[in-house]
Amino acid sequence: MEVKTIEKTYTMGDVEVRALRGVSLAIHKGDFVAVMGASGSGKSTFMNLVGCLDKPTKGNYFLGGTDVGRLSRDQLARVRGQQIGFVFQGFNLLPRTSAVENVELPMLYQGVGGKERQQRAAEALARVGLGDRLDHTPAQLSGGQQQRVAIARALVNRPTLLLADEPTGNLDSRTSVEVMAIFQELNDQGLTVLLVTHEPDIAEHARRIVNFKDGVVLTDVQVSPRKVALDELKKLDEEEADAARKAAV
Amino acid sequence: MNLFASLRTALRALRKNKLRSLLAMLGIVIAVGAVVATVSIGQGAQAKVAQQMESLGTNLLMVLPGSISTHGVATGSGATQNLTRDDATAIERELTGSVAAVAPISRTGAQVVYGDQNWYTQVQGSTAAFLTVRSWPLEQGEAFGREEDASAAKVCILGKTVVDKLFVPGAPVIGEQIRVKHVPCKVIAILSAKGQSSFGQDQDDLILVPWSTLTRRLIGTQSDAVGQLMIAARSPSQVDDAERDVTALLKQRHHLGDQADPDFQIRNLAEMQDAMKQSTQTIATLLASVALISLIVGGIGIANVMLVSVTERTREIGIRMAVGGRSRDILVQFLTEAVVLASVGGAIGLVIGVITSKWMATRFDWPTLLSAPVMVGTMLLAGLAGVVAGFYPALRASRLDPIDALRFE
Repeated sequence: MEVKTIEKTYTMGDVEVRALRGVSLAIHKGDFVAVMGASGSGKSTFMNLVGCLDKPTKGNYFLGGTDVGRLSRDQLARVRGQQIGFVFQGFNLLPRTSAVENVELPMLYQGVGGKERQQRAAEALARVGLGDRLDHTPAQLSGGQQQRVAIARALVNRPTLLLADEPTGNLDSRTSVEVMAIFQELNDQGLTVLLVTHEPDIAEHARRIVNFKDGVVLTDVQVSPRKVALDELKKLDEEEADAARKAAV
Repeated sequence: MNLFASLRTALRALRKNKLRSLLAMLGIVIAVGAVVATVSIGQGAQAKVAQQMESLGTNLLMVLPGSISTHGVATGSGATQNLTRDDATAIERELTGSVAAVAPISRTGAQVVYGDQNWYTQVQGSTAAFLTVRSWPLEQGEAFGREEDASAAKVCILGKTVVDKLFVPGAPVIGEQIRVKHVPCKVIAILSAKGQSSFGQDQDDLILVPWSTLTRRLIGTQSDAVGQLMIAARSPSQVDDAERDVTALLKQRHHLGDQADPDFQIRNLAEMQDAMKQSTQTIATLLASVALISLIVGGIGIANVMLVSVTERTREIGIRMAVGGRSRDILVQFLTEAVVLASVGGAIGLVIGVITSKWMATRFDWPTLLSAPVMVGTMLLAGLAGVVAGFYPALRASRLDPIDALRFE
């Protein structure tokens, strides 16, 4: 995907807010980019544009060769359904709806038949380690589990781009690392991931960090050394084991 | 999203909020139930009124001899004797298309005596068709037929009042001999009670005898003239046809040209017919407006609940849009919910309406009439109410901005 000098201007009452003032960025297939910035830096607006939830005021946004900025509302919905997977900070699962039905939702709008829907939803849930919790509703799942259901939902239509907006914002540090492990694994399998976060710890799991400030790109750097979530998990396990041993003594 | 999938989604959403769905439906349930019940009662009443009207004679024609004028002096109607038994027979034989029955009637007053009781009453001479034409069933016994008429048999049928005046209550009546004028007659039947006519006349104060018995024996004439002809048209709507046919036939039989004034008069109960039509129309209009108002109220209930539901589920709408739901999908989803609410409500209302109507039929002995077109029509209207009521809330849902909807708390 590539954005070329995009601008986005909102009108709030009489005040014009220039949320993005000419951002150009190319993200190649298989990349893992973390977008950082203070609130008001324009990173959320950028995210909405990349996610085809909104259209730029100026500039072009190419996703796999098509200029998304020129598409109609319904065409955008189609692009969202087929090419983009969303993971949100607040999980955004349908309440009182089972995990499997939540994951089926994106396929419903692509006309996938009932049997195939169920099968693919179950597979996606198994892939994020929730194969035994298909019929649990969000209220019966922990935060980490809910986020994994959301990831399964994002993946189920086999998108080319995964967008994660503060996916660890509501999770404790261990669960955050677990979620990042899933993202890294997916990225290793070839999925392009775009992650918005304000936590440097989390951003360091990406291959590349882009910093936003006042609606423009401030820095754009490759990450090294990159954090590997699986190693961190091992370390955490050892620390816990140590703590348990000490407590026993 | 196909229709089946949206239906499932709608049902699932409605099940999640059972109480609210139930309350939303309530308006339509009551509307359809009330419509089905009242219409069935109304139609039952209408049918009964129509039946009663018919027994009063909305399908009747009366043919009276006309007036004649000699040297410029006109007599009143009925002064001539130019209607005959043959006229009656001809009408009965030739006008089978519009005429159901013809009764020739002649009258006289007579003193009747039984034992030590006596009474002055009106004696009507006619044929068995009299009972058909006046829709007047017998309470006991059997009517006389052609043979009795031909032989001027000494038999009679008594009206209820005459029975009360002559006989002790409980005493046998059928088979007894009474004297009419000086002619002994055997009582062969009793007419059922008809009560007062609309003019306060006691309709049961009469004796019915074969026409020839009246003319030959009681009046003592060999004339074939009859006092009047009472004609029943096949149905109240065929009265005009019957009148036209009878006029043509009688003119022909009386050797009158087409342009000549008839020497007889035909009267019908057109006023009563009009009144009946009007009352039927009034009932129909009344019921239709009640139905419409209750469906509108029911529709408003659904619209109200759907609007609340759309606001409450803004976030859900945002999620659906984010994962690829188009505006149209959202519109269809909420519209489907509204239509499902209305249809399920309509179905429940239909069942309640049918049960209520049956219950009232047995409990209060009201005639009810459940007609399929009304039931199907009401259901369709309920569905339509769902579409109309659901459209605006659904449109609002479909026009939400996905970003705002996702941010909605």
